[in-house]
Amino acid sequence: MSPAEFFAMGGYAFYVWMSYGIALVVLAFNIIQPLIQQKRALRAIRHRRQRHQRQAVTE
Amino acid sequence: MGSPPYFYRFTGRLLPWLGAVCFALVAVGLWGGLVEAPADYQQGDSFRIIYVHVPSAWMSLFIYIVMAICGAIGLIWHMKNAEIIAISSAPIGASFTFLALVTGSLWGKPMWGSWWVWDARLTSELILLFLYLGVIALYGAIEDKRLASRAVAILALVGVVNIPIIHYSVEWWNTLHQGPTVTKFDKPSIHISMLIPLLEMALGFKFIYLISVLIRARGELVQRESNSKWVSELLENP
Repeated sequence: MSPAEFFAMGGYAFYVWMSYGIALVVLAFNIIQPLIQQKRALRAIRHRRQRHQRQAVTE
Repeated sequence: MGSPPYFYRFTGRLLPWLGAVCFALVAVGLWGGLVEAPADYQQGDSFRIIYVHVPSAWMSLFIYIVMAICGAIGLIWHMKNAEIIAISSAPIGASFTFLALVTGSLWGKPMWGSWWVWDARLTSELILLFLYLGVIALYGAIEDKRLASRAVAILALVGVVNIPIIHYSVEWWNTLHQGPTVTKFDKPSIHISMLIPLLEMALGFKFIYLISVLIRARGELVQRESNSKWVSELLENP
């Protein structure tokens, strides 16, 4: 089987590759987005704590 | 497993391994499904959509059941980790349901001649998507997250009634959707060279869920416990 034949998918290229493409995007998003969110959450907690510490010192 | 700091440390060590296994499974499954499996004698190469469609559809049901069970455990025993797993599952379940619907549509167009038909299987799967979205919206609408978890658990448990309807819809009603080819007591009516990649992909998708839900749960846990001692220690030496 040649690469061109493989990508043609017997004439169903659009339907097959769209399915796999959308699946890849949606599933990658499901891994990457929570990773980013977790980093953001940790940073927010750190900032809040530093602010509290500064307030405690000035008081 | 019940203690949040232990859960956080343990899953942190576990995740890279899960990622490696998941990658291997999906790679082998894709090779088998896209390259090695022969074209279907009726559907040609369009049948290869099965390798994303069926695992997604299985996951959409599986994750809902996990969500409902964890919700129930949270309701009964007030286990924080179960509550967090339940709500962290909702967006992933919604994603898999969306994928099942979209890939089904992309498969239906060349095979049935229509992107969408209002038959029992497709409609009940669409209701599943709305149930997931309802869970996410309800959780977001309630400020107190312990209370929100309880409300969401009840909604998830009521929605369980939809799961057998989806599963048996192809037997109870006349439909365009083909009947089960794998999950029946008879021998599966799918050739082994087509079946093995399907099972590899299904297992790979389970790992994708596991990885995603654990990362989400870790984030949620840190936010809920942001004033605790173990989070302080985590911030000092991550």
